[in-house]
Amino acid sequence: MKRLLTIAPLLAAVIAIHLLCAATGTLYYLTQMTMSAYYALLIIGLCVLMGYAGQISLGHGGFFAIGGYLSAALTTHNLEHLQDNSVISALHSFGVLQSGQDLYGGTLLVVNPWFACILAILAAVVIAYLIGIPVLKLKGHYLAMATLGFGIIIYRVVLASEYFGEADGISEVPAFVLLPGLVVSGDFAGRVQNYYIAWGLLIIGLILLLNLIDSRVGRALRAIHGSSEAADAMGVNTARFKLQTFVLSAVFAAIAGIFLTHYNGGIGPSEAGVMKSVRYVALVAVGGMAHLWGALTMGVLLNFLSLRGAFGAYDDAVFGLILILVMLYAPNGILSVRWRPRWARKKTAVEEG
Amino acid sequence: MTTELFIQYCFAGLTYGSIYAIVAIGFNIIYNTTGIINFAQGEFVMLGGMISISLLPFMPMPLAIASAVVLTMVIGALIEIVFIRWLKDPSVLRMIIITIGISILTREAASHVWGENIRALPYFIGNEITAISILGARISPQVLVVIGVCGLMVATLGVFFKTTSVGRQMRACSANRTAAVLCGINTRNMVTFSFILSAGIGALAGCIMSPITYSQYDIGTGLAIKGFTVAIIGGLGNAGSAVIAGLLLGLIEAFSVSVVPLAFQDAIAIAILLIILFVRPHGLFGSSEAAGLKEF
Amino acid sequence: MKRFMSKAVLATMAASLMLAPAAMAGTIKVGAILAVTGGASFLGGPEARTLEMLVEELNAKGGINGDKIELILKDSAASPEKAISFAKQLIEEEQVLAIIGPSTSGEAMKIKNISEQGKTPLLSCAAAEVIVNPVASYVFKTPQSDSLAAKKIFMEMNRMGISKIAVLTGNTGFGNAGKGQLLKIAPEFGIEVVESEVYDKKATDLSAVVAKIRANKDVQAVINWSIVPAQAIVVKNMRQAGWDVPLFQSHGFGNIKYVEAAGVAAEGIIFPAGRLLIADSLPADHPQAALLNSYVSEYESRYKETASTFGGHAYDAFTILVKAIETAGNDRVKVRAAVENLQGFAGTGGVFNFSATDHNGLDIDAFQMMTVKDGKFVAYSGQ
Repeated sequence: MKRLLTIAPLLAAVIAIHLLCAATGTLYYLTQMTMSAYYALLIIGLCVLMGYAGQISLGHGGFFAIGGYLSAALTTHNLEHLQDNSVISALHSFGVLQSGQDLYGGTLLVVNPWFACILAILAAVVIAYLIGIPVLKLKGHYLAMATLGFGIIIYRVVLASEYFGEADGISEVPAFVLLPGLVVSGDFAGRVQNYYIAWGLLIIGLILLLNLIDSRVGRALRAIHGSSEAADAMGVNTARFKLQTFVLSAVFAAIAGIFLTHYNGGIGPSEAGVMKSVRYVALVAVGGMAHLWGALTMGVLLNFLSLRGAFGAYDDAVFGLILILVMLYAPNGILSVRWRPRWARKKTAVEEG
Repeated sequence: MTTELFIQYCFAGLTYGSIYAIVAIGFNIIYNTTGIINFAQGEFVMLGGMISISLLPFMPMPLAIASAVVLTMVIGALIEIVFIRWLKDPSVLRMIIITIGISILTREAASHVWGENIRALPYFIGNEITAISILGARISPQVLVVIGVCGLMVATLGVFFKTTSVGRQMRACSANRTAAVLCGINTRNMVTFSFILSAGIGALAGCIMSPITYSQYDIGTGLAIKGFTVAIIGGLGNAGSAVIAGLLLGLIEAFSVSVVPLAFQDAIAIAILLIILFVRPHGLFGSSEAAGLKEF
Repeated sequence: MKRFMSKAVLATMAASLMLAPAAMAGTIKVGAILAVTGGASFLGGPEARTLEMLVEELNAKGGINGDKIELILKDSAASPEKAISFAKQLIEEEQVLAIIGPSTSGEAMKIKNISEQGKTPLLSCAAAEVIVNPVASYVFKTPQSDSLAAKKIFMEMNRMGISKIAVLTGNTGFGNAGKGQLLKIAPEFGIEVVESEVYDKKATDLSAVVAKIRANKDVQAVINWSIVPAQAIVVKNMRQAGWDVPLFQSHGFGNIKYVEAAGVAAEGIIFPAGRLLIADSLPADHPQAALLNSYVSEYESRYKETASTFGGHAYDAFTILVKAIETAGNDRVKVRAAVENLQGFAGTGGVFNFSATDHNGLDIDAFQMMTVKDGKFVAYSGQ
């Protein structure tokens, strides 16, 4: 119940933005708001990993791509020519596969988006587990380098595999029917619906993470961040908590990838690129490493501006500049800076003195 | 596999390897004095190449290269003084993020200064098709120049760190920073100096590899990633082992072509890095005891 | 009297209102999504500069039928997700008449459906065949098709008696599409692809892969199909290795910078391309001669760099759109139809003849085989 109260302002804001846009005839803003919400889902997951468990990851674009690409490939590649195959027909009769029609009237036999979604999440969990066990034993630069390396491998694999469309990525990804009448797709008509799906998902994710932070796990995580050795000595199983957080954040990234890919109707290798992963780290840093609300706000705001092309040809430069400025002057995030008048500062100094 | 093909792969490996090695040497210097990996090292390489090419119409090539190296050293010093010098005990995470930011900003600035076109310095010896034939296989003389400069750099750095006063002070910072301060070494100046030195080395690398790889505003990131890979495989902080690791990785990449499609070549290099990180994080040639003393 | 006056005033007002759209100078919004920065900036850069130049010129001349063009240029940095966001933004929010771009085929494929759904003409500057095949009614493209370039190359190979080849492609959308067409069409010409490799767009040296394909003694010629600068490295590495089989490139080689980068190694490369590269040596009565020369000289004097065929794709897209607007006005549906009905338009890429089934409008004559001689592009006339 208490949680609902903290979430209420956000819920109100989400609805208010919709109503405001509807009233002013600017509903098209919701397109980028929807996309930003999915990126923010990844960012809050990464925020818990970086801010609370203290582990940097320069490879989260990779998990996003695992989710997006797998779901896209499974739901797009036509299996019709294999229809006579007994395995395929068995899968079809179990409802794993669904038939459909492409834009040009050809028949399609593809994996049902729900199954593709579950498979993609499972893949992200397994890969995060396998890679997390050795990677999280590393510290500092080695950890940064290992996660960066993981991201690069994913990027290289999608870029080199015919199954993932090589440089072109995957296009014409079908809509994801969550429930009858509730569809994730980029159709102009489904804009409002998709806005609420995205933000609903983001809010659920946020509640989950807020609960996690307030729980025993959260306290353990903060202990790890303070000092991994001390936490170990106090009997906290640091390795396990780190790994669980890593996997959880990977799942958040994969889900963001799956939904955004269905919403966009496609995915390309740029989603797995190094710059993307760096950008996510930048957004977490700007919002404040251990500050979920900050990461959420800045994640949505900056992605929204970037997706609208507000920075023009300086898009990457703006993110680079933000990274440097925040890390130099406000390492705890831009929202942590308090602009207090001079007299107030003096007073506190006296009190503290 | 015929002998000729074998040697040709070896030569290809030497070409890749010498490029990676010469980038990796720069990382080690900053790492040694500051304990940070400068993610913007690749941008020094890019700047060296681009500046020397821009200067080439106005002066002979050796002078253009020398000026480019000096200018990049000035930029290196400025970067350190503006962004890093005044930070008090920054965490590793913070330093990683700051240097990544510097790298992005430098690259974007370069794209607006020089545009998107590729450029190249002319070959030092001969032209684009000149090659030296050894046992039926052929190698560009420029590759030999890169390998030669690599060796010269390692030797000069060795002498510099062992015999000169500044070099010894830098090594002291690397061994134990607090003790170095107590001995009256100005560690801050040493950090600035290490940035100047590695900027210069990076710029020189950028100039001599430019005829082979071409120069473009965004070559820095790719080279930097290969550079780290090599620096880590060799064991952070050791210029000599970086060269060996560089040549080793180059050879592996070259021979991998005969088994795996070229498109997966980079994935293989990085996979090797990950395996090394998991199994021997102190590198193939580094000592685990020395690595244990470092702060990460 | 008073009543009559007010009636007259009303009538004039009504009349002027009805006439207003035709008589009043308005603005026509045209969107452009180009990879001005990022990994494909060697395409998006010249394209964006060309558009800016053309729009400025047109508006200085008084626009189209008195209407000024407002260009809304979006830099996608070759990211599909940005192209998607920008396409929706241009269609719904800016209500543009048409969209020029994007620069890469990956992006073009992602926004094909969006422009179809949003009923906004899209004039792609990316080359891949799949953009217009299957045909989507609102999607057009100006670069020549890969399959035609492939056929042109294979025809030359047949003439030279080459039957076994190696194919090297860059890992971009252009290279990917080219690889697909080459492998598909080769058997029709009795040509066998015995080696096929893909190299990275940021490759620094490719001597290993050159050694590998060279070791296959069957290879009689190499096709190096790519649009990225790294294609010059292949050229260099082949000649350094002392391997002098005929080297064919694609129309993605149409930038003199690549020749400069490869230096003497580029001599004798054979490739199909639009006639823009040899504009100065075209006979004066060639349908493309006048416009090619004016585009090349204007671009080069304004931007102090050599014009490439990439900028030409944007030139064609914009000029086709202007032609369509001249006849159809500021209306998406009518402009679409006007583009589809455009016949005999000589652009930088060739002579365009659009139809309901052909949204590229170019035939194999759009290509001219060329070669490199003394560091310059010249028409190829066989050896």
